[in-house]
Amino acid sequence: MTTFLGMPALPAYGSGNLFAGETFPAAAHRELGNAQLRANLGHATHTIRDKRQAVVSELPDWEQLRDAGSAIKESVMATLPELLEEFEKNFTARGGVIHWARDAREANDIVAELVRETGETEVVKVKSMATQEIGLNEYLEEQGIQAFETDLAELIVQLDHDKPSHILVPAIHKNRTEIRDIFLREMPDADPALTDDPPVLAMAAREHLRRKFLTAKVAVSGANFAIADSGTLAVVESEGNGRMCLTLPETLITVMGIEKLLPTWQDLEVFMQLLPRSSTGERMNPYTSLWTGVMEGDGPQNVHLVLLDNGRSAALADGMGRSALHCIRCSACMNVCPVYERTGGHAYGSTYPGPIGAILSPLLTGIQAEENSSLPYASSLCGACYDACPVKINIPDILVHLRSVDVDSKRGTKKLPSQMDVGMKAASWALSSGKRLGLVEKGLPLGRLAAGPDRKITRLPGIAGGWTQSRDIPAPPAQSFRDWWAKEHRDAGSPGQPDPGHSHEPSRDDKEAQQ
Amino acid sequence: MRIALFATCIVDAMYPATAKATVKILERLGHEVVFPSGQACCGQMHVNSGYLNEAVPVVANHVAAFDTADYDVAVAPSGSCVASVKHQHPMVARSCGDAALEARATAVGAKTYELSELLVDVLGVTDAGAQLGSYFPHRVTYHPSCHGMRLLRLGDRQSRLLRTVQGIDLADLPEADQCCGFGGTFSMKNADVSSAMLQDKAANVESTGAELCTGGDASCLMHIGGGLSRQGSSTATLHLAEILASTMEEPASVTGEVRVSTGKALR
Repeated sequence: MTTFLGMPALPAYGSGNLFAGETFPAAAHRELGNAQLRANLGHATHTIRDKRQAVVSELPDWEQLRDAGSAIKESVMATLPELLEEFEKNFTARGGVIHWARDAREANDIVAELVRETGETEVVKVKSMATQEIGLNEYLEEQGIQAFETDLAELIVQLDHDKPSHILVPAIHKNRTEIRDIFLREMPDADPALTDDPPVLAMAAREHLRRKFLTAKVAVSGANFAIADSGTLAVVESEGNGRMCLTLPETLITVMGIEKLLPTWQDLEVFMQLLPRSSTGERMNPYTSLWTGVMEGDGPQNVHLVLLDNGRSAALADGMGRSALHCIRCSACMNVCPVYERTGGHAYGSTYPGPIGAILSPLLTGIQAEENSSLPYASSLCGACYDACPVKINIPDILVHLRSVDVDSKRGTKKLPSQMDVGMKAASWALSSGKRLGLVEKGLPLGRLAAGPDRKITRLPGIAGGWTQSRDIPAPPAQSFRDWWAKEHRDAGSPGQPDPGHSHEPSRDDKEAQQ
Repeated sequence: MRIALFATCIVDAMYPATAKATVKILERLGHEVVFPSGQACCGQMHVNSGYLNEAVPVVANHVAAFDTADYDVAVAPSGSCVASVKHQHPMVARSCGDAALEARATAVGAKTYELSELLVDVLGVTDAGAQLGSYFPHRVTYHPSCHGMRLLRLGDRQSRLLRTVQGIDLADLPEADQCCGFGGTFSMKNADVSSAMLQDKAANVESTGAELCTGGDASCLMHIGGGLSRQGSSTATLHLAEILASTMEEPASVTGEVRVSTGKALR
């Protein structure tokens, strides 16, 4: 007998570390006050930006590679259910075990249970965005399991009980003196004479971690790619800590978002050119590990994969926002973003900061979750992110789309319309007719009067006060262009109502009217 | 050629001298300029702020004003507004399910040009001094606005034109490709971040020692100029149309309507 349990409620949004707990402007205000942070970030983002530009410029087919990356991801999203089943079949056939997780809680439970089955209470970790997203380390700790981050920057952040502020360079907000202090305070085996020389710090971390690698029985990783036609997983990294975690322990548990699939090995070729250049600004990353199920007597003998939805199906259901799932977590968008450069990653609240975070977080959680509706406004729409994105995600268009989702979600729900609502409605009325705009412009001399003898407006009320907090407004002209044009053409058209098709006489001297 | 001027709302209301300069340049080249009087605004403030419903009548008005007028091409002294006409208008029409409006908007967008794009690509201007008589003996720096640069891919069209103005001393702006922080309502909703961006842009402008910062978008110039003014800087802003329109006989005036609130006339 079968029982119909009904369809799951859609959309099923994500949970975990995906939320802005306060509005972006409030968080940004605080972060902007940290001069050290701004200096660190400005230096770091500009360095990576320049490195990326150099290695991207040397490829004559960079634009074609971006097109190919975008096209492959688009086809993956269009056939995701089929690809997931194909991957599951191949991964299982080669000895791996697949687990499906709807959200952060399910994924955390699955991982904790798998660790418990091994009888271990410690795991080593490869840097992974998916496990940051679901808050795995904190959950495991609650369950009496200790997770050790092995990526250097991730280790620094973990030792400091802090949160990453960048997806590739999690400790971008810390300088080397701060790092030395963290090591001395939190690393039991640290040499008290430790200096802040980067190689010395790296060696201290290396010694600390080596002991963990050699004793750990369980590793937890994320994955950059999963190849459907062979059931292969891939991790791309720089330090070799990943290779250690992926090969030495007996049990390997990988947590991966369902959007990471690629149809074939051939598709990987495109992404192995796009990713290192876009992320670390290198032609090729130092370590690429690929594993296909279990190999007897070689590497982990218990291989698990947790396939994580956590709002990805909801994002996929948004036709305009869907391509945010093309993201390969390279971080090029945040490195070129003028907003991220000044606020840093913590201002975004979520695991995913910067331009991609400003679209991905609200897509995964729904626009109404906590303060995530403030994230799509955290951009001047300058478009630098779109130009830098290796898979051509049109981030500015999606930001604008999510702003309209936000505005529409609030229509009719408020007792009183906001200043912005009222302003936009009035502007829509005035700006949807030449005649009405002309009428409004008759008031320009009033603004001129308000500007006073120094001919500038220095203080405005309400939301417009945001403008005058750091900028003046020039005194408006005595006459609009429209008005001037109409008077110039009075002979030909009716007064004040210029003939739409009438041309300006080139011979006419308009010098007088300009004064 | 019969050229329809799309003045844009900000130039129409705040910087009429920029529109007059645009008319002058085109007439100097022997073209006829018309001003479709139904025009008002491109609506990107509404679109970019998420008010798509409110953008629909604004977009529909622009399309109605420009698809009935008789002209060969339309021009606007703004990269941002042209990008909106070309890219956003069909999207707005699509979002409200109006296929007819979408088709008309696409047709209007196809014959709308940003000023430097029209001058260089359509009207063949390669030397502003020789072909337009442009003369502007001042030290100037140039900010390439984001939408002209990234949405319209104007490349060096604007700076090439500026370089060929007689007498000009064009100083390279450090970090020129960085946004000034305007971003429409971003400047109010995220005033702190916007101000931080503006501060760096203003410092870069000041570092050039230029008397003026020019560019192709009145909105960005109002933002940069407003910041410079607040900081008590003596550097003003001026739209590139006014520099191109300036001649030895009739030099651009930075007093009167064109003054950008620094309280200082050009030497």
